[in-house]
Amino acid sequence: MFDQLVASLVDGLLIGVVYGVAAMGLTLIWGVVRVINLAHGAIIAMAMFGLYYLVGRVGLNPYVALPFVALGGLVAGYVIYVVAVHRVINAPPLASLLATFAVNMMIIGTATTVFTTSPYSVNFDLGRVTAGSITVPGTRIVATVAAIAVGIGLYLFLYRSRTGRSIRAVANNRDAAELMGIPSSRILAFSFGLGTMLAAAAGALIATFFPFTVLSGDTYQLKSFVIVVLGGLGNPIGALVGGLVLGSLEGLVPVFMSASWVPVIEFGLFVVILLARPNGLFGARR
Amino acid sequence: MIRLLKRPGLWIPIVLVLVLGMIPAVTGSATLREGLFLLLMFVALASSLNILLGYTGYVSFGHIVFFGIGGYVGFYCLNVLHAPLVLACAAGAAAAGLLALGLGASILRLRGAYFALATLGINEALRSFVSNFGPFGGPIGMSLDFSIYRDYGGPGQALWLTYFALLALTIVVIAMSYAVKSSKFGLGLLSIREDEDAAAVMGVHAPRAKTMALVLSSLVPGVIGVLFFFKNGNIEPADAFRLQSSIEIIVMVMLGGFGTVLGPVLGAAGYERLRSFLLTSDPFKSLQLSIAGFALLLIILFIPNGIVGWLRARLPRVRGTLE
Repeated sequence: MFDQLVASLVDGLLIGVVYGVAAMGLTLIWGVVRVINLAHGAIIAMAMFGLYYLVGRVGLNPYVALPFVALGGLVAGYVIYVVAVHRVINAPPLASLLATFAVNMMIIGTATTVFTTSPYSVNFDLGRVTAGSITVPGTRIVATVAAIAVGIGLYLFLYRSRTGRSIRAVANNRDAAELMGIPSSRILAFSFGLGTMLAAAAGALIATFFPFTVLSGDTYQLKSFVIVVLGGLGNPIGALVGGLVLGSLEGLVPVFMSASWVPVIEFGLFVVILLARPNGLFGARR
Repeated sequence: MIRLLKRPGLWIPIVLVLVLGMIPAVTGSATLREGLFLLLMFVALASSLNILLGYTGYVSFGHIVFFGIGGYVGFYCLNVLHAPLVLACAAGAAAAGLLALGLGASILRLRGAYFALATLGINEALRSFVSNFGPFGGPIGMSLDFSIYRDYGGPGQALWLTYFALLALTIVVIAMSYAVKSSKFGLGLLSIREDEDAAAVMGVHAPRAKTMALVLSSLVPGVIGVLFFFKNGNIEPADAFRLQSSIEIIVMVMLGGFGTVLGPVLGAAGYERLRSFLLTSDPFKSLQLSIAGFALLLIILFIPNGIVGWLRARLPRVRGTLE
């Protein structure tokens, strides 16, 4: 029993960090651009297929292909912002929700025509790592390490680089940032791209070990919502921790009850946290 | 009657729905009836969502939850308790209304994006809960015992019955939507939409008004759920709590013009027609989602007030006629 608990927990924590990266993107976009990006799942799915294409057709190693997929995510986010989001940035929240949802429909609709909804997977194996009673595929370990690296990279970028400081300034007060000479529109577009880049990176990492379909993005998008609320809306580092919480829930709950109860607990918790602690589990009380 | 004629904002949408709704009754065509059933259903769902979304300004991704919970409770009454359809409909409405009351007391405290996210969570939580709930058949759902249709004159008659019930409900929703908009209560809702804090200062009891709006918008979807799944003959979680439908209903309200009585009617009819056209014409079939998405994006970016809002802004003379 104890061994099984530990194994499930480790399993959950490993995947949770990767979920956390996707959620970091969502929460970054909310924190800076003040938009809930409903096209997040579509980007995650596209990244999975991007990796599939680069590995299966071009023949790259998945970890060499990963930066290209992430770069694609950055460009896609930039384009989505310029085309769909910028015009409604000052409108009521409904407008930007629907604009990003429209983008989601367009991407998923086109992708369904091209790939249908049958499952795909990237054939790639790194062997297994065994420690005591726990056995984990190598790809999962690499994904977790990469996700942690992305998290640290984002932190350093936001707090140490000039662009990162501009992003935080715009998130804090867009008008004041504009007065200080920060080109806020460009920063908003870049932040949106950065958020979708994180989604793409997470999607590509997940694709190295899980099969996926065109519609998989939706599942991961919903998970991202839960994580974002756990960690506090607009708090990227909180999202990584929220990912750990969600991952361990996903790992531990099936030990005690049927796995189909996992979403009930996840979304129940999600609503309770929104009500009781809207700034997240670790955020300051209002 | 004369007084009614002086209120074109009320009778224009009702006449529109009545004329459209009577076509299958006159021609007796079952195919047409099935198409119009869906159309009327979305007209009613969009008009009821409009009370919360359009008047009060709260974005809900969970409108279909009321449809789903009403459908499940009503289906349970019909199939397991063998209650008559009227009672099942009442039970469906009651279930949806009670859920709305509970949600009003809890998540309506949240505003803006937080509320929208919470409704999304409610939808997912309820769907996964029902998938695990034994009495409702878990993930497989329930199938109607076909002998039940015999009480309503056989399946053919039962389909006509549900159709006319839906038509009547649609008219009730439109009348309700108009009544709310032209009442003092509706004025309170509109002021909450513009500025909730200011409305509270001006004496609008915001929590009570918002809860009332949510309950009002939930009752009819609860009944429609019962009718839809009674007609359908089976119910399962994925059909009852389809997140996609909630979003489509929002799109319909936006397309027609949110906060207007006629808007959701036109929006729902237009969207539903467009979708069935795309689904049945060959070159667009596989791309229908992309095309609908593109159309939505154009509307959001260029006519954010929808068809009716755009007409009202362009033609000052129609402002008295199109509410």
